[in-house]
Amino acid sequence: MKLSELRKGDKAIIQKINTDEALRSRLNSFGVGRGSELSIERCSLARQTVEILVDGTYIGLRAKEASHIEVEKL
Amino acid sequence: MDAIKVVLAGQPNVGKSMLINAITHSNAMHVGNFSGVTVDKTEICFEHYCHQFELVDLPGTYSIRGYSQEEKVARDYLIHENYDVILNVLDSTHLQRNLLLTLELLKLNKKMVLALNMADEAEKEGLKIDVAQIEKIIGVPVILVSANTNMGIDDLLHRVHEVADHPYRDNSNILYSNAFEEEIIKISQFLKERKFRLRDLTYREMAIRILIEDKELYKELHDEPIMIELQPLIIKALHHLYTHHDTKNISEIKANEYLAIARGIRMETVKCQLNKGKKCTTKQIDDIMINKYLGVPIFFGLMWGLFQLTFSLGEVPMGWIESLIAWFSGELNQLITHPAARSLIVDGIVAGVGAVLLFLPNIIILFLGIALLETTGYMSRVSFLLDGFFHKFGLHGKSFIPLVTGFGCSVPAYMAARTLKSEKDRLITLFIIGFMSCGAKLPVYVLFVGTFFPTHDAGTILFLIYISGAILGLVMAKALRVFVFKGEDEPFVMEMPKYRMPSFSLIWHTVSSKAWSYLRKAGTFILAASMVIWYASNYPKSEAIANSYQTKIVQANGNEAVITQLKIDEKREALEYSYLGRIGKVSEPLFAPLGFDWQMTVALETGLAAKEVVVSTLGVLYAVGDSVDEESSALRQVLFEEYKQPEALAFIVFIMIYLPCFAASMVFAKEAGGYKYLLYLFIFTTVTAWILSFVTYRVSLGIFS
Repeated sequence: MKLSELRKGDKAIIQKINTDEALRSRLNSFGVGRGSELSIERCSLARQTVEILVDGTYIGLRAKEASHIEVEKL
Repeated sequence: MDAIKVVLAGQPNVGKSMLINAITHSNAMHVGNFSGVTVDKTEICFEHYCHQFELVDLPGTYSIRGYSQEEKVARDYLIHENYDVILNVLDSTHLQRNLLLTLELLKLNKKMVLALNMADEAEKEGLKIDVAQIEKIIGVPVILVSANTNMGIDDLLHRVHEVADHPYRDNSNILYSNAFEEEIIKISQFLKERKFRLRDLTYREMAIRILIEDKELYKELHDEPIMIELQPLIIKALHHLYTHHDTKNISEIKANEYLAIARGIRMETVKCQLNKGKKCTTKQIDDIMINKYLGVPIFFGLMWGLFQLTFSLGEVPMGWIESLIAWFSGELNQLITHPAARSLIVDGIVAGVGAVLLFLPNIIILFLGIALLETTGYMSRVSFLLDGFFHKFGLHGKSFIPLVTGFGCSVPAYMAARTLKSEKDRLITLFIIGFMSCGAKLPVYVLFVGTFFPTHDAGTILFLIYISGAILGLVMAKALRVFVFKGEDEPFVMEMPKYRMPSFSLIWHTVSSKAWSYLRKAGTFILAASMVIWYASNYPKSEAIANSYQTKIVQANGNEAVITQLKIDEKREALEYSYLGRIGKVSEPLFAPLGFDWQMTVALETGLAAKEVVVSTLGVLYAVGDSVDEESSALRQVLFEEYKQPEALAFIVFIMIYLPCFAASMVFAKEAGGYKYLLYLFIFTTVTAWILSFVTYRVSLGIFS
């Protein structure tokens, strides 16, 4: 399933990041990559942005970007 | 003895600036070249135990493989410049993510020292870090430091010194995934059998670089006969990796490997002693600050409060400065006897520079507020909150930071736009930064708002000016996005750093350097501009005007009221005759539809040099001769008699929108990538300013009459 489909409080493991090279390497440098465990911390109004927690780091993502990340819900 | 050149590299929010502060402070040495611009590299020299150190601070980057401007600056420096040691600064509480950069830096094959910053915070969080083990794995010295408590700083410098003197770097013992290790062994075995050497690389290191397709290495290998035998081995190895990682993208494979290594190192060396599940403070604060519903109102409340404070709290010291200037020019008036020199000093220099100094308190308060929001980590939250909103206007949540900086000063704001990766996002942001009224425009607003509106409304009106400027900027951004810069948006991916108590020294540094640069501007640029304006408004002198008024005054027969009126008229006529008056007169028709007279026109034109000059120009134009006295609001008095609200509003609108100051314009041209952009900006802002100012004038004429 997609990261953007998760709800607040859900936990998941990243399966694959289907974005272009630039964005993928950006996510990687944040410590977000295949096998990373994440949890959804909060969503902004109208779910335009989501905040995820990966290895103690809070990361803000736009919903569109989140929809390119494949995860397996735990 | 040569200085040891140390390059500081680290991810953002690891406390690099704080560490630099701590290093330079505890050594009580002079800080040179500290430009205060975080997006460029900065250099600092100091001594430690009679040893010269040279620190180069690179912008914080998550990676040195990335595409943003900052990453390019960092990468170019690290690869092409000469230096002795890389000082890699890490956040002890986020070791895993920070190690990713460390792994990339290791590949540069330079001498390196790791500083695990914020060790005190890690301890508080119950993290126990096995430094010796990290050292063993990575192969470079690792020191726990805390810029906050000065812990480990001395030791750090000693180790950097040692490493710089040491000829070699120890080998690292980093383990890759099983599949990767297998291939490393196969390839390095082969290289070893052939006794193939390249630079000072070990067999293992060579094998790793072959597998991650290090272009430099391939270039060198290309000419070696061994390549023929190596090739089939490499192809087989890569296929193995492809299947293992389920992708054929080598950079993705590398990223996965690095992630796994960083995770492995963290699990091996960091033990958490506190039980988990305890809600951390950052999360608790965020539950309120970026609450779905409360977040945006809180943000606007904070902003409104800041502007209120700027206005009301600033009033007090402004009164002191004003009376000080009045006293000073009164003294000078008595001291200097030569009329032309007195006029130059009192009416030109003191009036001009004084008008600028007056606003120092406002500027300090505003910068203090912005610095506070920045250093606490709140700014990133605001980006998160507002990205959805900004995105609708074709902007990026990250545009928020340069835009808010724009409220302080456009110069750092233009530079801050470098954090935007996409060229189009960056250009749009650059174009609309000017709509965020900078600190230098504040004096003009304060002057006009204070003159034409009751005091209790002033804060609100000021807030409205800033907000409407911002809204206008957003609308313009959308227009630019739709009509000019079409195309893909930049993705929004941003770290929300932990909330931190702002460090006093860092805030002090930021605010004082801003205040200084404002004062420097007053002392140089504005001083010169004041003199030029004074000259242009006093010369050429007309004998005819002076004579005719001389006669009229004699004819008035001692009637005080008539004589005062005549004197004012004489000044006005002399001004109209002057160079400045002529320039204003020539361009007056252009601005007449907006209700501006030639004095306002001249003020706008001199404002192209610096916005503060607008006030001082009006000061010079009106406070001609003897009007600088104890009367605290002399200029306001004159303005109040000269203009009505519609002109004042139209003037404010024009100031809000038209071209930023000379210095900012130059920075804009540099950041946007050419002077042609400056021309676009000039046309874009002037036309917008004219039209909106015209509308404001006409509409408010209807309202106020």
